[in-house]
Amino acid sequence: MAWDRNQMAARAAQELEDGMYVNLGIGIPTLVANYVGDKDITLQSENGMLGMGPFPFEGEEDPDLINAGKQTITELARTSYFDSAMSFGMIRGGKIAAAILGAMEVAENGDLANWMIPGKLVKGMGGAMDLVAGVEKVVVVMDHTNKHGDSKLLKECTLPLTGKGVVDRIITNLGVLDVVEGGLKIVECAEGVTEEELRAATEATLV
Amino acid sequence: MKKVYGSAAEALDGLLQDGMLIAAGGFGLCGIPELLIDAIVESGVKDLTVASNNAGVDGFGLGKLLDTKQIKKMMSSYVGENAEFMRQYLSGELELEFNPQGTLAERMRAGGSGIAGFYTKTGYGTQIGEGKEVKVFNGEHYILEEGIFADLAIVKAWKADDTGNLVFRKTARNFNPPAAMCGKVCVVEVEEIVPRGSLDPDHIHLPGIYVHRIIQGQHEKRIEKVTTRPREEA
Repeated sequence: MAWDRNQMAARAAQELEDGMYVNLGIGIPTLVANYVGDKDITLQSENGMLGMGPFPFEGEEDPDLINAGKQTITELARTSYFDSAMSFGMIRGGKIAAAILGAMEVAENGDLANWMIPGKLVKGMGGAMDLVAGVEKVVVVMDHTNKHGDSKLLKECTLPLTGKGVVDRIITNLGVLDVVEGGLKIVECAEGVTEEELRAATEATLV
Repeated sequence: MKKVYGSAAEALDGLLQDGMLIAAGGFGLCGIPELLIDAIVESGVKDLTVASNNAGVDGFGLGKLLDTKQIKKMMSSYVGENAEFMRQYLSGELELEFNPQGTLAERMRAGGSGIAGFYTKTGYGTQIGEGKEVKVFNGEHYILEEGIFADLAIVKAWKADDTGNLVFRKTARNFNPPAAMCGKVCVVEVEEIVPRGSLDPDHIHLPGIYVHRIIQGQHEKRIEKVTTRPREEA
């Protein structure tokens, strides 16, 4: 047993505190918004919006209102809009309390790789490098192993980096780990996962 | 001061040159200067370098300028939605300079603000930082990025008055203000040109000093990814 996508998102939502301004990445991180409950969270979309609302009802899509994943969305009573320079000003300037994003690899020193695989289609880093460099708390949500069963939590990243020493916490289908001095520290195991199983699936040094 | 022109082609008359650097506003297909792009396609100008967050999609937006091979080099943060782009890039016909999204926006803002370069933490220790000056401030590493000084900016806004004061709408603002700022000449297309005095001076998003030529036109405003929720959730 391990956490599924929704359980990982629900666990990631526990990282968010009342009053936080938060940026959610594409994929499982987007699902985190479904699990914030009563907490007063303001979502930032780096294309220039604070206070991102849910998807519109069919027929109410507005081409001038999209999120960073280019999906149609809606605004809320609290929403504000601004240009891309200001948007990344608040990201780089440390005003966003947390970023939750996916990853291909995380190293035990907090290095993050999530933007390119050499020799494969390169799409670009978008805003990921700015987010991990500027945001106070960077939480990675990803599967613990790749489709070949190899650990994605490594001693050193093999792929080109998105950021150096930037990750604070990793939430996988097997559990929660923190980046600490000397390696990764197990915070908790997913339901039905033993510490031995988590250790066996992890290449990074566990302290 | 005459800034209002009758068509995109008229507004671009005398401004286009082979090999020039153009900064374009827009994010994905949202807030892109689609009429000016069409007119640039028509002009046949070539060997362009285009600074734009994205490269359009096949057959729309900047994708049209790729189809006609008028672009030599793109400066972008994300180009994942365009098959023709990938084909030209992988075959070596098209140069690509990846910029982190915030770095690209700030490079435009800086260029338009008379700032030749700035230090940012973004990209330090990655491929993006390779070959760039590194400086330590308060114990943290920053890399030097340069301002973008474009020959021409092409921008989409919602409304303008005839003096070029601009108002944008929702997330269609995105890269348009910084792109406008960094152009030696800035041409703007809007959905509506309104009489002088009808925009609240306190609600102008970009003052007309940055805007040299304006056109009004019909926009397709294509949506890249329509996502909705069921009514029952209401």
